[in-house]
Amino acid sequence: MTTVTLTTRRSAPRFGRLQTIGLLYGIFGGLLVAYVAPNLESADKSFAFEPPKPGSVPASLTFDPRTVVFATGVFFVLAGVVSLLGPRYERWSRAALLVSTILLAPLFVVLALALSESGGTNVVQLLVESLRLGTPYALGAMAGLWCERSGVVNIGIEGMMLASAGVGFTFYAVLGDASGGGWLWFSIGAAIITGGLVGLLHAVVSVSFRVNQIISGVVINLLALGFTSFLRSQVIVPRGISTGESTSAISLWPLTEIPVIGEQVFEAKPIFFAMFVVVTLTSLVLFFTPWGLRVRSCGENPHAVETLGINVIKIRYQAVILGGLIAGLGGAWFSMESTGGFQENMTGGAGFIALAALIFGRWRPWPAFAGAMLFGFSRALGTRLQILNVEVGDFSIPSEFWQSLPYVVTIVVVAGAIGRAIPPAADGLPYERSK
Amino acid sequence: MTADADAVPVIAAHGITKRFPGVLANEAVDFQLKQGEIHCLLGENGAGKSTLVNILFGLYQPDEGELYLRGERVRFTSSSDAIAHGIGMVHQHFQLIPVLTVAENIVLGAEPRSGLRLDLRSARIRVEELSRQYGLEIDPGEQVENLSVGEQQRVELIKALYRDAEILILDEPTAVLTPGEVDEFFDVVRSLVAQGKSIVFITHKLREVIAVADRITVMRDGRVVGSADPASATPQSLATLMVGRDVILQIDKQPAHPGAVRLTVSGLEVLDDRGSTTVSNFDLEVRGGEIFGIAGVEGNGQRELVEALTGMRPPVGGHVEIDGVDSTMATPRAISEHGVGHVPEDRNKHGLIGAFTVADNLVLNSYYRKPFARGFVRRQRAVEEQATSLVERYDIRTPGILIPAEHLSGGNQQKVIIARELSRELRVLVVAQPTRGLDVGSIEFIHRRIVEIRDQGVAVLLVSAELDEVLSLSDRIGVLYRGQLVGQYDGAQASRDEIGLLMACGTTEPQAATG
Amino acid sequence: MTLPATDEHNGGHKFVRRYFDLQPVLVPICAIGLAFAIGSVVILAVGENPIEAYTELLKGMFGSKDRIAASLGRSTPYIGAALSVAFAFRAGLFNIGVEGQLLIGATVAAWVGTWSMIGDSPGIVIIPIVLLAGVAGGGLYGAIPGVLKARTGAHEVIVTIMLNSIAVFYVRWLVGSQDPVILRDMNASRPQTAPLPDAARLPELVSGGQPLHFGFFLMLGLCVLVWFVLQRTTTGFEVRMIGANAPAARYAGVRVNRVIVLVMVSAGALAGIAGASEVSGTTGFLLPGVFLAVGFDSIAIALLARANSFAIVPAAILWGSMLAGAPLMQQETGLSIDLVRIIQALVLLFVAADVIVRTIFRIRKREIELGPMAEAPVSAALGGTP
Repeated sequence: MTTVTLTTRRSAPRFGRLQTIGLLYGIFGGLLVAYVAPNLESADKSFAFEPPKPGSVPASLTFDPRTVVFATGVFFVLAGVVSLLGPRYERWSRAALLVSTILLAPLFVVLALALSESGGTNVVQLLVESLRLGTPYALGAMAGLWCERSGVVNIGIEGMMLASAGVGFTFYAVLGDASGGGWLWFSIGAAIITGGLVGLLHAVVSVSFRVNQIISGVVINLLALGFTSFLRSQVIVPRGISTGESTSAISLWPLTEIPVIGEQVFEAKPIFFAMFVVVTLTSLVLFFTPWGLRVRSCGENPHAVETLGINVIKIRYQAVILGGLIAGLGGAWFSMESTGGFQENMTGGAGFIALAALIFGRWRPWPAFAGAMLFGFSRALGTRLQILNVEVGDFSIPSEFWQSLPYVVTIVVVAGAIGRAIPPAADGLPYERSK
Repeated sequence: MTADADAVPVIAAHGITKRFPGVLANEAVDFQLKQGEIHCLLGENGAGKSTLVNILFGLYQPDEGELYLRGERVRFTSSSDAIAHGIGMVHQHFQLIPVLTVAENIVLGAEPRSGLRLDLRSARIRVEELSRQYGLEIDPGEQVENLSVGEQQRVELIKALYRDAEILILDEPTAVLTPGEVDEFFDVVRSLVAQGKSIVFITHKLREVIAVADRITVMRDGRVVGSADPASATPQSLATLMVGRDVILQIDKQPAHPGAVRLTVSGLEVLDDRGSTTVSNFDLEVRGGEIFGIAGVEGNGQRELVEALTGMRPPVGGHVEIDGVDSTMATPRAISEHGVGHVPEDRNKHGLIGAFTVADNLVLNSYYRKPFARGFVRRQRAVEEQATSLVERYDIRTPGILIPAEHLSGGNQQKVIIARELSRELRVLVVAQPTRGLDVGSIEFIHRRIVEIRDQGVAVLLVSAELDEVLSLSDRIGVLYRGQLVGQYDGAQASRDEIGLLMACGTTEPQAATG
Repeated sequence: MTLPATDEHNGGHKFVRRYFDLQPVLVPICAIGLAFAIGSVVILAVGENPIEAYTELLKGMFGSKDRIAASLGRSTPYIGAALSVAFAFRAGLFNIGVEGQLLIGATVAAWVGTWSMIGDSPGIVIIPIVLLAGVAGGGLYGAIPGVLKARTGAHEVIVTIMLNSIAVFYVRWLVGSQDPVILRDMNASRPQTAPLPDAARLPELVSGGQPLHFGFFLMLGLCVLVWFVLQRTTTGFEVRMIGANAPAARYAGVRVNRVIVLVMVSAGALAGIAGASEVSGTTGFLLPGVFLAVGFDSIAIALLARANSFAIVPAAILWGSMLAGAPLMQQETGLSIDLVRIIQALVLLFVAADVIVRTIFRIRKREIELGPMAEAPVSAALGGTP
């Protein structure tokens, strides 16, 4: 009997992902309790719920950061301990870790406040700002959702939005001098249609010509960049129009009458409100209508769908163009709502963050929306913290750190929390009709 | 037998010809289906049966020829035309969407609506009605991916019946059923006929044809080569028609001379992709110079078992020993280098790299060793010499060794894999579904080679869903049922019925056989 | 009997045969022609003369010895970056992060080159050190998506796109920060790194201040290296196995995860050395922003060349020359240089969707031609010619 042992692989880890995350939280919590909290100044900071008004004190919640940080740290440690207790407590530990993750956001704000000079910050505004900044991400995610649910990978959401932003603003500048009114709405429509046309291009190239869908997306991004930059330098700039009127806010009376938060939340710009409508409709249509059922089926098993006599190609075209239209609305947000103007490469990677939000949401509308809002939050937080001018010791944290925050969060989300999310089964595979 | 001999046939196809790039799939095929009959289409893989029925179902359009439905000329441009004319088809590979429910799968494309909404409630009710009417028990709310294979087949049948199909085309429906389930299935088919349906039944299983057919049409190489009367046909006569020459149905092999035990498996426990136990308490011993065949319906843990033995899937319990060396947790490469050959069940997905040349595929697991490489650098000439020699020895039909492997026929692709594995120094050979989808000539060749390697003293483990193959090749037989080895038999003493029972319900006591 | 177009092995006679086999080259040439044709429609739409525009463009690209040098010099980083993308493609990976890897490699090289420790060493010592710094920087940055993909299955497209932006932000900070000063050259008016010592500079190939430097030959050498690794080594074989059929590779015993990490590190290293050679060869310092868009363009170039190491060279030269020649066109006709970008995107479109070109120009597809780039599922590589 030989004593040779063959090269073995590492044995399957008994210490799984849950335990690792729990351990990390536990360590982090320990650090908070033992090191961070004691070193914070004990002062009164507050979360305000409304903007400062002359003559009255805004509604707010005051607290001592040391206590909050300490308490949160303890919670993290407990969550970590529970996760290491074994499978019987798995549901508890999942819940605890989920709560811990949600607590990270306010913890961050509290820490920032503690390390800065200012006394407080308006959290309602922070949340509303997150929603607002999340608008393009949510719209982009919905655009991607329709495409991918039908089985067509779309990494050209960025290009779709950029093209719509550029073309839309070009119409606005040329026809309406970018000065508001009817031409603004017309241009938003033009942006939406541009998105649809780019979607049509993606469909033709990847569905009919069966080009690799990622390549098609790359082509769209390149074309959009070149084309919109060209439009800008040849058409917009020569007219001397760099900025113009953006959409004006609408007020949703009577909801604005709600005390404290009413005005902050329900008075906002149109595309922002449209976003909620789009997400709701997407959810309803995808899951409760026959067409939605067919779209989902095309994304899972197109051949099965074909044997039932349904035209897969037609459905994919419809879904991709619909996605393009939604992306067009997202593009309009950039150049005609968020600001009035068009800069080169204005979307700056938003389309890819939208894609990340989609994956975060496992290709479902409301979870993807939640993902988009998460990224919106990290951007809003970044700006807010920049205003607060957070300093650690003598070191002033540079603005680039906050700007890069959403991107880091995206990586963590895609790699850490989600990992192997399962897309629609036929996603990315070109479909050939039997002849 | 309820058909009126002079009545207009329900479906008639005249002179159907269909070409695909490089192959003439159907040539001047005539086919008729009478009302109320079960008409079996018999032929080897590649004979053109699937092509013909896909044309009947509207998925393909014929290049020449016409179709008649009850005497009227029809032209189907898509399957929805065929469905509208009352034709339904159950494909060999189920066309179901795993993440959707039974009801959703059934109504897709013919969805009941209430306003703009999808009316799943009435869908459910209708499915339950049909289920009762035809004796096809199924839960409309269950997700398809959680169903057993037999249940999925029922969903496919209801799918066709939901669309008021009068003519049913069944493509190799029994390929995935246990012998017991097959009998149940035949009862369902007869009941459908009793309720007025007409059935086209495709199969390559000779016994079944004789058991259930009213008429038999035999196809070969794209043409109809004859018909047979089930009352007088024998498996032998049908096989001869199918292949065109006399066929040896039972391989001629010498008795085995088993030596020492080379493969020992004890208490093996393996999980599937979802983490559920798929193989448990698995004990096995295979000696050098014998073929141990594992019979069983697919889905009882065969794949996971083979993957565990070859290092692709680390078991969570138990031991595997090969020639005295513990290989339980070894890497695939270590196991392969230790002398274990592996012919995987999915040759395209795991056995070959289609885009690579035949030559490269022949060294797919030894490209890094002498003489095919020196250190990091590959030696092309050595690879090509090996390839030329193997192509000749194993009679691999290919235009050249530098052709991409995907251009070879299925039989020749499998020969490449066999050549690659069998030309190495082996202690143990694991073969899974070696002749699936192959023509009789290739099957004979591969069986002979497996027996040859056995005679060289290698311990051969054969895993196959084709009971005939297992019975014909194995010196000893075991049955895999729900991940456990139930029953072990000596090849000569194995009783087909007993094994069939074990495959269906795991015991030889036929109480509560719920298959 | 005709040999198939995808004959992978280079016997002498087969090489010659393939050299004369124009068919795979015909499609890109027609695609370029078609793209320029559509470009002229755009030019007409803004009221200019296409013939004049293209003439100026061509003059700008190749009109004089200086201009040719400028074109080649401009193309140099694209060759290395496209090689990075192409190498990753072979394993079925989309390395969209080449831009970030390029930047990080350049930054690390710019930083290491200014270390006083090596400041007095002769060129033959210091240049390899600077280049290796680029390799290390790019390689480490490529390891991140590689490890994440191998360990968690995170799709490298998203991760690398995010890493690109992160790299841009952090490099901007590192180079621009004045309080504290990290990499910034306080003597310069713009935010840029301290200049490398003269010995660390790759020699010019053409005198007169044109940006053509030794890095060009370095990139050509890398092309040969990549070809050799992919076609002649066991590791390259494994890379191609994974790209063609990852499950089969696993069955054949390949440690797929390990190879994936190796591929991403190598791809990052290739991009990194391209960045380092640019810093060393052109200006001697890093001005962040100068690499903008090299990343995405090199993806296009790799696709244009169908991931073939040698085809990358003419494709990159075409690409870089167009960008180098565009300013002359802008100067003479007033047309924005973005027009060139539009044409480039169209070229890529027509090469990718070669069906369009084939139909218009009636180029028939050869019987046994593998064009998997056109029809491959997302995770499969571009197979075919080495």
